[in-house]
Amino acid sequence: MVQYALPSLDLSFAALADATRRGVIEQLGRADASISSLADRFQMTLTGMKKHIAVLERAGLVVTEKVGRVRTCRLERGALAAEADWIAAHRRLFEARFDALDRIILELKQEEDDGPASD
Amino acid sequence: MDQQATSHPFAPNRTEVERTSDRELVVTRLFDAPPRLVFRAWSDPELFRRWWVPQGIGLQLLACELDVRTGGGYRLVFAMGEDSMAFHGKYLSVAPDERIVWTNEEEEDGAVTTVTFEDRGGQTLLTFHEIYPTSEGLEEAMKGSAAGLPTQLDQLAELLPTIAG
Repeated sequence: MVQYALPSLDLSFAALADATRRGVIEQLGRADASISSLADRFQMTLTGMKKHIAVLERAGLVVTEKVGRVRTCRLERGALAAEADWIAAHRRLFEARFDALDRIILELKQEEDDGPASD
Repeated sequence: MDQQATSHPFAPNRTEVERTSDRELVVTRLFDAPPRLVFRAWSDPELFRRWWVPQGIGLQLLACELDVRTGGGYRLVFAMGEDSMAFHGKYLSVAPDERIVWTNEEEEDGAVTTVTFEDRGGQTLLTFHEIYPTSEGLEEAMKGSAAGLPTQLDQLAELLPTIAG
């Protein structure tokens, strides 16, 4: 079990790096669907589609549920929100870093200006 | 290319963060100093440790070893309460005042990071670019492990309080 609120970024990146999987996400954004209907729609074998769904499941982007003999897939909307959160967290992190870097660079500039004239 | 940014010491330039593809993260920022100074702040361990870890997030940098040259390596050790974690990798390519490229080896299939310093009329456009491995390589890795380790940035980002501003 992952003990982090955000899905591991690289899992999500890898999951979305494939055109078929992006298509599946888009499709599930419109309506839940069984694996066999997704396989038909994307013209691939059931085994091939099962592999794609497994990758999306591991990335926390899709949830599947078996009812009787049909396995239905639905979008895990929270995961996509988490992607947006991840970007926002990065923005906060880098803003904090770069604001600090700005101050240090300003110090370096002033040291140069105050130091012995070199040019 | 006209830069609209008017730079002022007390009004830092904007930090832009975007995903440019499924596997890439790009962060850009304009600094009001020539590239050699920005490069120095990035390659001198004493300077680097003063800004890489934001203040007030409960993270302590226990060790910060940077050997910023092609073929050199780095090691950062953080303490978080009882826990400590180390991040390490190699500098694949270093062009002084222009570019640093390094690996992130604390996780399997870690990202490769490139930071470039471009002179913009005495200012520096800094671009931080991270590319994650191919889906094929990662899928292989995923078969062997239930969940990849979160990235260094994830761990740090989770600790960040909401920083006003």
